[in-house]
Amino acid sequence: MNRFFFLPLAARSLMNRRVTALLTLFAIALSVMLFLGVEKIRLGAKESFDNTISGTDLIVGARSGSVNLLLYSVFRIGDATNNITWESYRAFAEHPDTAWTVPISLGDSHRGFRVMGTTGAYFEHYQYGQRRPLEFGEGAPFEDVFDAVLGAEVASRLGYELGDAITLSHGIGETSFANHENKPFRVAGILKRTGTPVDSTVHVPLEGIEAIHLGWESGARSPLAALYTPERVRQMELQPAEITAFFMGLKSRIAALKVQREINQYKSEPLQAVIPGVALSQLWRVVSVAETALTSIAAFVVFTGLLGMLTAIMTSLNERRREMAILRSVGARPWMIFALLMSEAALLALAGALCGIAAIYTALTAARSFIEAQLGIFLGALQPGLYDLYLILAVVGAALLLGLFPALRAYRNSLADGLTVRV
Amino acid sequence: MSRRLAHSPAGETAIAVQDLTFAWPGGAPVLDIPELHIARNEKVFVEGPSGSGKSTLLGLIGGVLTPARGKVMLLGQNLGALSAAGRDRFRAEHLGIVFQMFNLLPYLSLIDNVILPCRFSLRRREAALAATGTLTGEARRLLAHLGLKDEALLRRPVTQLSVGQQQRVAAARALIGGPEILIADEPTSALDARAQGRFLELLIEECERAQSALVFVSHDTALSRFFTRTIALPEVNRAAQAPEEEGA
Ligand SMILES: Nc1ncnc2c1ncn2[C@@H]1O[C@H](COP(=O)(O)OP(=O)(O)OP(=O)(O)O)[C@@H](O)[C@H]1O
Ligand SMILES: [Mg+2]
Repeated sequence: MNRFFFLPLAARSLMNRRVTALLTLFAIALSVMLFLGVEKIRLGAKESFDNTISGTDLIVGARSGSVNLLLYSVFRIGDATNNITWESYRAFAEHPDTAWTVPISLGDSHRGFRVMGTTGAYFEHYQYGQRRPLEFGEGAPFEDVFDAVLGAEVASRLGYELGDAITLSHGIGETSFANHENKPFRVAGILKRTGTPVDSTVHVPLEGIEAIHLGWESGARSPLAALYTPERVRQMELQPAEITAFFMGLKSRIAALKVQREINQYKSEPLQAVIPGVALSQLWRVVSVAETALTSIAAFVVFTGLLGMLTAIMTSLNERRREMAILRSVGARPWMIFALLMSEAALLALAGALCGIAAIYTALTAARSFIEAQLGIFLGALQPGLYDLYLILAVVGAALLLGLFPALRAYRNSLADGLTVRV
Repeated sequence: MSRRLAHSPAGETAIAVQDLTFAWPGGAPVLDIPELHIARNEKVFVEGPSGSGKSTLLGLIGGVLTPARGKVMLLGQNLGALSAAGRDRFRAEHLGIVFQMFNLLPYLSLIDNVILPCRFSLRRREAALAATGTLTGEARRLLAHLGLKDEALLRRPVTQLSVGQQQRVAAARALIGGPEILIADEPTSALDARAQGRFLELLIEECERAQSALVFVSHDTALSRFFTRTIALPEVNRAAQAPEEEGA
């Protein structure tokens, strides 16, 4: 006799209850979909996160926390507690180990997007991903004091094109009333999409930042501000007294720790230098709490899906006592009844997991460009792999574990009922 | 079919029960039968009122229940001497069983329902193959004998059959592969008198053809005329004779 005859029997028995079976399968598929979706997005997010900045050896700012420095200088989140002086910046820009530096100045915004003052060197040296440089989709780096280079997201969301005039707002916030409207900037370039916060940044020259704040020294507009017309300003010497932070590339990476120490111990001003990779992993540790929570929730959803299956099988047991008694009467052994129910649970879980995996890969492939554009999350290669196999095994394993309950119950029923058919 | 005559001459004991007692867990003894013999060529009617233990007795004969005390011998084999697995195998090989109703698996075709025992017993499978050549052929042959010939009918889902037709399919299933003993638990109680008579005649005819002993239980004493012998369960069951023990 074929010892596995109960597999086709289980399949046919399931087919006979196809509505419940399909609903159960659907619930499992959906939960597996959710789990895998969360997982893929999580991995994509981590990958994108790690790729936010590369090629920069040190980020230097006023002394606060390294995560805070990383947040405002790279992620444009939060604010610097203090600025650093131009002199300190120059001191390290001319350091013998320094290959390049890019100063940045933050604090203004344009319709909810952060504005960053910097120099042309930024477009040369800033790198992300696997050491990919910034590329221009249109236009070129700034030439004039009132030129602006937009991140891809800024341009597409606000519908800007080359040559458009934009007005910056003092401070951060979508509805700032303190506008620098008498000194509009001209869109000189639009960067290609990077999937990093660069996409949501408006870049202007450091001198431009300096220029729009002439007459704003008190923090608000003074009547003097109107006197500084763009034409006059262009004639002025616009070297900033302070910047927010600077990026630094070293001639040799080995020097990073030494230079970092030097900066941290700088006498004239409390400075702080962080190594981007180190700060990123510190920051990720903070984020990963949410990440773990998300994964656990997704895992619980899978568990809930399987519990639904358990309920469905359990409720079917009573109406199937007849089926069991018939099988027993023609010679089925109690273990076969047990195996029948176990294979039913396994079949449901297997089919559910397979459907869920197929569905999520299809969905992610379809939504890929949307996710990359809207969330800045790069999903990488979307092919089922070993991980998915483990997931299937885990789901089927959990289903078998849960399936033990109805299977043992049916086993005991079939022993206790004997040949009486109970309805 | 004379294929079984060689090693099982008529008159040989099919079922022998000795000093059998049985009680459901936590209940008073339901059965206490000092002695009961049924021969290979007998068609026995066991009658008794509802709750008198008829189904319980069939469970004991089927080897699904184990007696508290005493022996059940089938074809000379003491069931108590077999392991649970051994009893299951013995049942698959030598016993055909028909229930009161709902005998068929709704998810199998009519023919697949009939050949179900051949999936569990190699012996019955081979016997069925020896008889007609194919399992399906043997199933069709038995069904035809029981009055189910219509091709369209054979292709219908079993849930669409009338109760009488279902019972005939169940009988064909019990008979396939020629088991030595057929036990039937009120298979006709859902049928009207005409259908009952017709079903019983066909069943008994087929048992004769296959040389199978038939034990048929029912509370309907009117059916006893079809059988070679009638056993009133309360008369052989001492548990029923003690008046304080039967509450139901
Ligand atoms: N699974 C069981 N567990 C406990 N008690 C049971 C079980 N099955 C039957 N009984 C009890 O055993 C006694 C005999 O029951 P049984 O089903 O054998 O009667 P029966 O003669 O077949 O009745 P009927 O003609 O109504 O089918 C009854 O008192 C019944 O309550
Ligand atoms: Mg009964």
